[in-house]
Amino acid sequence: MTGVDNNPLVEFRDVSYSVPSLPSPIISDLDLKVEQGEILVLLGESGCGKTTTLKLVNRLLTPTTGQVLVEGKSTTEWDPIRLRRRIGYVIQDAGLFPHFTVERNVGLVPSLEGWERARVKERVIELLSLVGLDADKFDQRFPRELSGGQRQRVGVARALAADPPLLLLDEPFGALDPLRRASLQREFGELTRRLHKSAIFVTHDLREALRLGTRIALMHAGRLALVETPENFLNSNEEHARAYLETLQLRDDEEGFTEGDR
Amino acid sequence: MSFWTFLQQNWSEMLTLVRQHLNLVLISTSIAVVIGIPTGILLTRKQALRNPVLGIANVMQTIPSLALFGFLIPLPFIGGIGARTAIVALVLYALLPIIRNTVTGIVGVDRNVREAAVAMGMTDQQILWQVELPLAMSVILTGVRVAMVICVGVATIASAVGAGGLGVYIFRGLRDVGNTNLLLAGALPAALMALAADFSLGLLEQRFSLEAKTEKKRAPILNKVVLAVIALVLVGGTYGTWRSARSRTQLLAGAGRVVVGSKDFTESVLLAEIVAQMLEVRGVIVERQFELGGNLPHDALVAGRIDLYPEYTGTAHTAILHHPPITDPRAVYEQVKREYAEKFNVEVSPPLGFENTFAILVRGTEARRLNLKTISEAAPHARGYRAGFGQDFMSRADGYAGFSKAYGLKFAEQPREMDLSLTYIALASNKVDLIAGNSTEGRIAAMDLVQLEDDRRYFPPYEAVYMVRKDSLARMPILGKMLAKLANAITTEEMRQLNYEVDANKRGPAEVVREWIKRKGF
Repeated sequence: MTGVDNNPLVEFRDVSYSVPSLPSPIISDLDLKVEQGEILVLLGESGCGKTTTLKLVNRLLTPTTGQVLVEGKSTTEWDPIRLRRRIGYVIQDAGLFPHFTVERNVGLVPSLEGWERARVKERVIELLSLVGLDADKFDQRFPRELSGGQRQRVGVARALAADPPLLLLDEPFGALDPLRRASLQREFGELTRRLHKSAIFVTHDLREALRLGTRIALMHAGRLALVETPENFLNSNEEHARAYLETLQLRDDEEGFTEGDR
Repeated sequence: MSFWTFLQQNWSEMLTLVRQHLNLVLISTSIAVVIGIPTGILLTRKQALRNPVLGIANVMQTIPSLALFGFLIPLPFIGGIGARTAIVALVLYALLPIIRNTVTGIVGVDRNVREAAVAMGMTDQQILWQVELPLAMSVILTGVRVAMVICVGVATIASAVGAGGLGVYIFRGLRDVGNTNLLLAGALPAALMALAADFSLGLLEQRFSLEAKTEKKRAPILNKVVLAVIALVLVGGTYGTWRSARSRTQLLAGAGRVVVGSKDFTESVLLAEIVAQMLEVRGVIVERQFELGGNLPHDALVAGRIDLYPEYTGTAHTAILHHPPITDPRAVYEQVKREYAEKFNVEVSPPLGFENTFAILVRGTEARRLNLKTISEAAPHARGYRAGFGQDFMSRADGYAGFSKAYGLKFAEQPREMDLSLTYIALASNKVDLIAGNSTEGRIAAMDLVQLEDDRRYFPPYEAVYMVRKDSLARMPILGKMLAKLANAITTEEMRQLNYEVDANKRGPAEVVREWIKRKGF
């Protein structure tokens, strides 16, 4: 993505999405911009439409009304294959291909793009070390021979493989234990900053949102409730934001209490 | 004769049957794979087609195999008798498990994995070949395994349409009462074949399962070998079908050949063999399509797949032309001759000289105890009898329904309907008390059975004749001369003796017929 034009990387214009089987739309009147280099966190409880929002970007879904623009062009005008190969995608439990080795999983998109084998191999080694995995040790393993955290690292490496300007992440660290989650979050934050990647990151965990997001978009019942930087979010008086912040408060109190108790 | 001696004596014939059986199974499974997997894939793409197509495949599988063969015989291109028809039927049976498992396997691929593939920017083709098929492979292979085992089983019925295979031994063994060697020699290799197919495809399946995919067990070369073997089998199978299809057309085109058919019991085989050998002596090349089940010989004759086969006038009159039974032999013969010419363009040869009518049989001990000579004398005792009848007797117009009415018979229970050849054993071993056998059956005396006289003349005459296509007669004038020669050439006693040689003395029909022809000076 050139960034020469002043188009936002991703722009939702008055987007709604509904399915015939459900009476109310999953997403209503969504307007949102994601700028170059930004990590936008979509925060909300289960069923609020954040995953659907994500899938509208790489055209796994298309809007019922309105438009989603990527680099200034509506997703429906993009060749879906080209569009998707320019967007990295990481989902919970990684969605790795169970019958591919780590090497084939990570090298998939470059291979599809017709890279030469040696170049793919080189790229895989580079990416694995980028996500903190020793290529010699891991590249011939199959996903089921990896721990949850290792799988997630491979998932991130795979998403980065063809050097896409944008990453979509759907609760990528949701299935991990808290310690491992924290370290992966930290590494991921550093990585995106270092590589100047933009990302849309879906989570229901406020701490994760605060730690990773440059902006936080809070969703409730298919609508945007609030879009703010983490600092402003902490001071927001919006009702859904307050509800989230209270749980944070509560948990902090609990943790404080436990610590004091020791 | 012990099973071991039997094997030693029939080793090469058995190997031929095993090979035929294996060919049938491999060719039909291969074709079913080639048709079934793409169909299954299509059904995962076009959901609206899924239920109708699976429904049709389901129905196919519920059609009894003998009935399916019956449907297929008159059809052009895919029908007829011989291996091709059998393969068509086997393919129809094998399709369902393959299609169903292909659909199940692909639909069962983890949604997250498929979504990831789409999101990576894979095309539908790439998703199919790189993700869905590899992940569904072990389920698909289970389907192929089931299909193959089904084929091994159903292929035993294929001998009924002259396709050979181990069913030849099994059917012969069923008719040849008490010959367990034949049954074993047919059933045992078939069972082993089914187990081997199950086991080897099971191994293949494991190779493709995800559990097998670990860093250490990876053996890409072995995978390639396995794929190469599958490809070879497929190519071989297709080539085999092409070959058999080709040789079939060459055969039909050959004006110097005669295809002789027979029904699936000894007497019919003997009569067919008589014609075959007499033709061969005169330099005609004969193809034998013997032991065709049910009314298949008639269907095959009308469809032009065979040139002639032995039949009985009574059977033609009632079972094929569907007339009510009449008892005057002359009238029956004339009517059959006239209608066969009109309806089927088939000539009825002069009668061979003997009748094979239904013989109502009881155990000798019972007959002597009550001094039974006629059916009328036995009728009062029937309330205490259990009867066992062949499918034929139960279903035909001149069979059970009319028979029981004519003699006012009431049995202890509803008659058992079973394979004709098994009724003799059932009677001799006290499982039933009255059966309807064949009057020329060689073993009636040997098993101490007594035929009760049809004193009310219920059963219509069953004179033995040959049914010949008129165009075959025109093509081969020698056929007509030979059939004239066979007019009134065989007495009932002679026929019974010939049957006895084969059924009781376990001699080959070809050998028995050769001696008879020599004796007669034909």
